[in-house]
Amino acid sequence: MKIMNMVGAINDALDIKLNEDKNVVVFGEDVGVEGGVFRVTEGLQKKYGVDRVFDSPLAESGIVGTAIGMAIAGLRPVVEMQFCGFIYPAMNQIISHASRMRNRSRGQLETPMVIRMPYGGGINALEHHSESMEAMFGHIPGLKVIAPSTPHDAKGMLIAAIESNDTILYMEPKRIYRAIKQEVKTGKFTIELGKANVVTPGNDITVVTFGAMVREVQKAMVMAKEMGISVELIDLRSIYPIDRETIRNSIKKTGRILTVTEGPMSFGLGAEISQIAIEEAFLYLEAPPARVSGYDVIVPLPKGEHHYMQDAYKILYEIERNVKY
Amino acid sequence: MFKEYNPINKLMFQVMDNHGKIIDDKLMPKVTDQRVLKAYKDMLFARTADLQIVNYQRQGRIFTYPPNYGQEVISGATASIIEEKDWLVPAFREMGAMLSKGVTLKELFLLFMGYEEGNAYKNAKKVLPISVPIASQLLHAAGIGYEIKYNKKKELVYAFVGDGGTSEGDFHEAINFAGVWKVPVIFIIQNNQYGISTPVSMQTASESLAIKALAYGVKGIQVDGNDYFAMLKVLQESKKACENGEGPILIEAVTYRKGAHTTSDDPTKYRTKEEEESWHKKDPLDRLNKYLQDKGLWSDKEEEKIIEQFKKEVDRQFIEAENFPEYKPEEIFKYMYSETPQELKDQEHKLMEFYRWKSEKIAQTSKK
Repeated sequence: MKIMNMVGAINDALDIKLNEDKNVVVFGEDVGVEGGVFRVTEGLQKKYGVDRVFDSPLAESGIVGTAIGMAIAGLRPVVEMQFCGFIYPAMNQIISHASRMRNRSRGQLETPMVIRMPYGGGINALEHHSESMEAMFGHIPGLKVIAPSTPHDAKGMLIAAIESNDTILYMEPKRIYRAIKQEVKTGKFTIELGKANVVTPGNDITVVTFGAMVREVQKAMVMAKEMGISVELIDLRSIYPIDRETIRNSIKKTGRILTVTEGPMSFGLGAEISQIAIEEAFLYLEAPPARVSGYDVIVPLPKGEHHYMQDAYKILYEIERNVKY
Repeated sequence: MFKEYNPINKLMFQVMDNHGKIIDDKLMPKVTDQRVLKAYKDMLFARTADLQIVNYQRQGRIFTYPPNYGQEVISGATASIIEEKDWLVPAFREMGAMLSKGVTLKELFLLFMGYEEGNAYKNAKKVLPISVPIASQLLHAAGIGYEIKYNKKKELVYAFVGDGGTSEGDFHEAINFAGVWKVPVIFIIQNNQYGISTPVSMQTASESLAIKALAYGVKGIQVDGNDYFAMLKVLQESKKACENGEGPILIEAVTYRKGAHTTSDDPTKYRTKEEEESWHKKDPLDRLNKYLQDKGLWSDKEEEKIIEQFKKEVDRQFIEAENFPEYKPEEIFKYMYSETPQELKDQEHKLMEFYRWKSEKIAQTSKK
């Protein structure tokens, strides 16, 4: 065991895979000499050399497109998008090729690669640095989308992602990169992709969330407890595929469900989970599935961001409404 | 000029040496002493502001900021030639050019303090907002160029990008479109040697950035971007060419980012002191200062005095920005559509309801 924050845990996972598999390469903008703008890849170039950990030209489509070629040819690239808002030039490569190559070639070609990307708000950033577009990515057939909420999960999920034969978008909640420290197992371990985590069992309402919002829900739970409301907290870990079973079992117990996500509301993850709730546990529901999300607006610049963000009070507000329904 | 300095000849256009001496009088742009002096003062203002903003940032009074330090002449020469009728399409390190178009320092402060109002220029026309997604703005410049040509207007577009931006697909598409359409756009690459930590040598295998022009069939030129006169001369010739229907033009202005990429960056991680010092000798303002002092147009005393005035002015506008009204919740919805859809009105209503509930809740808790 070693005390780590999420940055350290991701670095550790990369280190382990670089050490163990010579086909793993890590590249992207400023990931080499500088070790990434968030220092996630710090020290790795020094340890593994410029052929395995390197700075690319400034071109996101180029990074993802070349990674696809490498993956088809047998490497296991782990590439970094510097910020969530900079991934859009690479969307063509993600949607048109990374997510399709296996199906297109009837399984002859594979693209085992991981696209790492810090996402989410709450860090007082410039425009294009605060988005949370998990629903958009989850909507791309052929792509897996995952997001850890703790250093432990970050490490185990990333190792699993690198070992997976699919293309995986690994969303890193940058707001809690350094905010949470915990004991993380040293050496290699994996967390099965596609399985949600019941963080805290409870009886009155199920709250489903992921990434940086897990912590916000936990803050709301403290207040809810004072009001006598017992919350079951589920950390999705995987946005696609989504763990229906865990959601179903939880609703059967609590009879209520609330989703908490950072992205815009319409066509969001909340709507998807709500439909799952209806399909899987309709007769158990005692209130309409509820959601806390962003609004259908551009994430405001720092001075207005608090109006957009989902804090403990917004979550408590919906918990209270739902339980009283 | 474009023939002689065809990028294939590997020449960088220069008029003034590092000591402020004119290399060849015949190369000088047409410009009055008064205009040069004004340009110098404006650039000094930009530098004063820039250095002060970095201090404000350290005091926690402003968020992440990308300094212009060391690159002032590229914007300064653009300021000397751009007219009210012309368009400015900035990247994010063109303070001087933006101020010359009527953008205020206060507006720039507001943006970096986290208000969208910082993009709503009250007195500046034909300036696009700062563009964060690298190189994407260049295609807009080509599109504006199309409108100018379409309506037979006598306008120009000055569009900026950094060296890192030349690796993005949008850069290549923009120069290509503009080349096919033969539109009056002057693309200016501020080659400050680094895209965050990545040196130009890792962005491209090309001999220069200017040489990329040839592949798209447009005129290109490399210029010393720390040499006010060279920069101005190249812009004057580019303007002339565009007016004769020979646009677009691709200018590579060679400079050095003396500061960090942004206030979140630490250049000591990827640059040596020796390298920084070697560029220090080519400082764009020092060179013009020496030229002006040699001609008896400027003195250290005047400089000291004016910097004091500038500091006060910068501070005045900063404090004005700091006193900007509180960001109201309705503002996040207000500008999304020409007419706000009912869906969004409902979301706004819900947010207001939440705020009412929250204040009651907090009041209750504090009573307990």
